[in-house]
Amino acid sequence: MNWLIAIFQTMLFVLLSPLLAGWIKWCKCYLQNRKAPSLLQPYRDLLKLTHKQPVVSEQASWLFVTAPYIIFSATVLAASVVPLIAVNLPTSASADVIVMVGFFAFARFFLALAGLDIGTAFGGMGSSREMTISSLAEPAMLMAIFTLTMTASTTNLSGAIAHVLNDGMVLRPSFVFALFALILVAIAETGRVPVDNPATHLELTMIHEAMILEYSGRHLALIEWASQLKLMLYGVLITNIFFPWGIAEDFTGKALGYGLLAIMGKLALLAVFLAVAETLVAKMRLFRVQEYLSFAYLLGLLGMLSHIILEASR
Amino acid sequence: MSSLNWTTDFLNQLNSTEFSIVPAFLPGDKTALWQIESTRWQQFSQYAIEQKLRWAAGWAEHAETVFIVNACFEKEGIYVLLRTRVNAGKPELPSQATVYPAANRSERHTQDMFGINFTGHPDNRRWTRHQAWPQHSYPLRKNYPVQGEPPAITPPDMDYPFVKSYGEGVYEIPVGPVHAGIIEPGHFRFQAVGELILNLEERLGYVHKGIEKIAEGRTPESLARLAGRVSGDTTVGHCWAACMAMEQAAGIEIPPRAALIRGILAEGERIANHLGDMGAICNDVAFIFAQMQFSRLRELWLRTNATIFGHRLLMDTIVPGGVACDLSEASCALIKQDVVRLRKELSELMPAIDLNSSLEDRLYTAGYLSPEIAEAFGTLGYVGLSSGQDFDVRRDAAYPPYDQVTFKVALEDQCDIASRFWVRYKQINAALKLIEQFIAQLKDGVNLNESQTLQAEWQTPQADSEGLGIVEGWRGEITAYIRFDAGNKIARYYPRDPSILNWPALEKLTLNNIVPDFPVCNKSLNGSYSGNDL
Repeated sequence: MNWLIAIFQTMLFVLLSPLLAGWIKWCKCYLQNRKAPSLLQPYRDLLKLTHKQPVVSEQASWLFVTAPYIIFSATVLAASVVPLIAVNLPTSASADVIVMVGFFAFARFFLALAGLDIGTAFGGMGSSREMTISSLAEPAMLMAIFTLTMTASTTNLSGAIAHVLNDGMVLRPSFVFALFALILVAIAETGRVPVDNPATHLELTMIHEAMILEYSGRHLALIEWASQLKLMLYGVLITNIFFPWGIAEDFTGKALGYGLLAIMGKLALLAVFLAVAETLVAKMRLFRVQEYLSFAYLLGLLGMLSHIILEASR
Repeated sequence: MSSLNWTTDFLNQLNSTEFSIVPAFLPGDKTALWQIESTRWQQFSQYAIEQKLRWAAGWAEHAETVFIVNACFEKEGIYVLLRTRVNAGKPELPSQATVYPAANRSERHTQDMFGINFTGHPDNRRWTRHQAWPQHSYPLRKNYPVQGEPPAITPPDMDYPFVKSYGEGVYEIPVGPVHAGIIEPGHFRFQAVGELILNLEERLGYVHKGIEKIAEGRTPESLARLAGRVSGDTTVGHCWAACMAMEQAAGIEIPPRAALIRGILAEGERIANHLGDMGAICNDVAFIFAQMQFSRLRELWLRTNATIFGHRLLMDTIVPGGVACDLSEASCALIKQDVVRLRKELSELMPAIDLNSSLEDRLYTAGYLSPEIAEAFGTLGYVGLSSGQDFDVRRDAAYPPYDQVTFKVALEDQCDIASRFWVRYKQINAALKLIEQFIAQLKDGVNLNESQTLQAEWQTPQADSEGLGIVEGWRGEITAYIRFDAGNKIARYYPRDPSILNWPALEKLTLNNIVPDFPVCNKSLNGSYSGNDL
C-alpha cells in the first residue's frame, strides 16, 4: 500500500510538472502585459514533440541518443525521494538528500556529455558553462541542506520534514539563511533569470539551452520534461522543507487529498514569487554568477553557524 | 556657394602641390566636385586625413572604356565629391583604405562588382561577391546581364579565408548566417579563449539583391520604389535620399508642404525603429518586461502610420518631386495625440528602466567603442553620437524642412551600450518635438491653402546630370548618388546605408567583451544587413 502511494506520488510529480511550468509562464505573461498561452500549453508542446521524428546529427554517438532517457530517469528517481504530498513513504526512507543531489549530478553529467558529443561550438560552450555553474551551486546547496539536516539530525528528507512539523512554528535563524541560500541555488540550477534565460533564442548567451540545441522530437520532449520536473522538485524542496504544513502524515484519502491541495497551493504561490522576481531583474553577466553563487554559499554557511551558535546548544 | 569655408583653403593647398584641381559643383551647387588623376587617388586621401576630412562614401561606375570612381568626403557639413577615371583595360587604383579604414569594405565591394584592383589594399579578399560567383564575372560592368548568370546549383561558399588564431585553449565559434531569431542573415566568426572574445570577423553579403544593377534603366518613380526597399526598416530614409538626388539632377525644388510631410515621415520612422531597438537591447539581457512595453509602444505607433499613410513602415510615401499623401487636419490631430501619448508613456517607463540596477550592470561599460576608433571608421548616427562623433546631417548640412526648425542633437559620452540606448531615447524626444513643430508649420498661413501642391512637376533631366542626396536616416547619414541617362532613365544608383560604416565598428567594440555579451553589443549597433549587402 505504502509503495503504491509512493509510486502514485512520483507519478503526480511527473504529471504535474508541466502544469507548474505553464503556470509560471502564465504569471510572467500577466506581469509583462501579454496574453498568456493556456496553462496546458506545456503538455501540448510535449505531445507535439513526441509526434515529431527526432533528427540526429551524423556525428552523434550512442550517447547522444541515450542521454535523454538517462536524464529523464535520473530526474524521476530524484523526484521519488522528495516528499510531495506525504511523508514517511518507503521511497524517501530508502534514500536521503545526498542521493537526490547525486541523481541531479548524474543527470547533469550526461547532459553535459551529450552537449559535447555532437561537437558543435554551442554544445561545448553550454556544457562548459553548465559545469562551471554547477560546481559552484552544488556546495552551496549541500551547505543549505546540511543546515536543515543538522536541526533534524537526519539527512533523510522525510525525517527532516516530519521533525519541522513536530516542532511546530519555531523561528529558526538558521532556516531563514538556508531558505534564501536554497532559493538562490534553485534559480541557478533550474536555469531561470537572472542566471540563465529559458526563453532566449540567442545561442551565444545560452547555458542550459545551448547543450540541448541539437535535440529534437521525443529526445527534446524528454529533456524539456526533465527540466520542468527539476524546477518542480526545487519548488517542492523549498516549500515542503520550510513550510511543510498540510503535508499528509498518514495515508488516509482525506489527508492525501489535503496534502495534494496544500502543495499545489504552495507551489502556485512560489511560482508567483518567481515570476515577479524574473520580471524585475535582467539576466546577470555570466561572470557575475560566481559572485551570486558564492553569496548563496555564504548564506548556507551563515545558516550553519547560526545553527551551531544559537540552536545546537539548547 | 559661399567661398568662406575650408574647401577654398584646402583646394589652394592641394593645387600648390602636385594637384591641379578645377573646382566644380554637382547640380544644386551644394556638393563640390573635384576631379583628379587616378595615380594621385591615395595621395589625396593623405592630405584629406590631415585636414580631418571624414570619408563618407565610395562607389564606381562603368562608362564604356573607363571606370569612374568616386569618393565622398565631409567636413563641417560640407561635402566634396572626389572623382577619377580609370582605364577599363587595366583597372588599377591606389587604395585609400590604407589611410581611411572606413573605405576598406566599400573598396572591396567596388573591387568585387567592377573588377577594379585597389593596389595596396590591406585586405583584398572578396566581400560582396561570395566564392560562389565565377572568378571573373563583375556584375556592375555594363556587359553583365541584369538577370545574372546563375549556375543551376549554387556552389557553397566554402573557402572564405577567415582570420585564424592559434594557441592553447583558443577556439572558434561560427555563428550564422541563419540565426535562431527572426533577423537577417550574416555570419560571425569568433575566436575566443574561455569566454573572452579575441577576435570577431563579420562575413556579410548574404542578402545581396543586386539593387545597384536592377536600378539601371528605371524611371524616377520606379527608382524611388526600389530605394524604399534597400533596407525595409529605413524605407523613408533611403527613398528620401534617392529622391533628393533625383531632384537635384532634375533641378527641381519640392514644395514646402511636401518637405514638412517628409520630415514628419522621417521622424516617425526614427521613433518607431528606436523604440524597437531599445526593446531589443533589453530583451537581449532578458529584461523582457521592458521589451514588451517598447514593442507595444512601437506597435501603436505603426498602427497610426497604417491609418494615416496606408503603410505601417511608410513605404512609397515619398515620390520624386514630393510626397504621395497629404496630411488632413484630422490626421494631424491624430499624430499629435500619439505624440502626447508616447511622451507620457515613456515618462512612466524610462524611470523604471533607469532605476533598474541589474539592467545598469549589463549595459554600462559593455561594448566600449573609443572615440578614436569611432572616428577612424567614420561611424554614424547613434553609434557615432555616443562615441563623441557630434554629427547630424539635419543640423550640419540642413535640408528642408530641417533648415526651418531648431533642435538639439542628442549626445552621450560613455561610448558603451548604455550610451547607445540613451542616445536613442534622446533622439526620440527630439523627434517628437520636431514632429510637433512640423505639424504647427503645416497649419500656418499659406500651408493651409488648398492649392498647395504636394508634388513639384517632374522635369526630365538631361543626360549625364547627377545628384547626391544626403539625409539623416534613423541609423545616421544616408547618401544616395544618382546619374541619369537620356530619356529620364537612371544610369547609376548607389545608396550608402550608414550600416556600411557602422558594421566594422562592431568588430572593434566586441573585443575584450565576453561571448555571451555579444548579442547585446550587436543589438546596440543594429546594423542593416540588407542595406550593407545591397
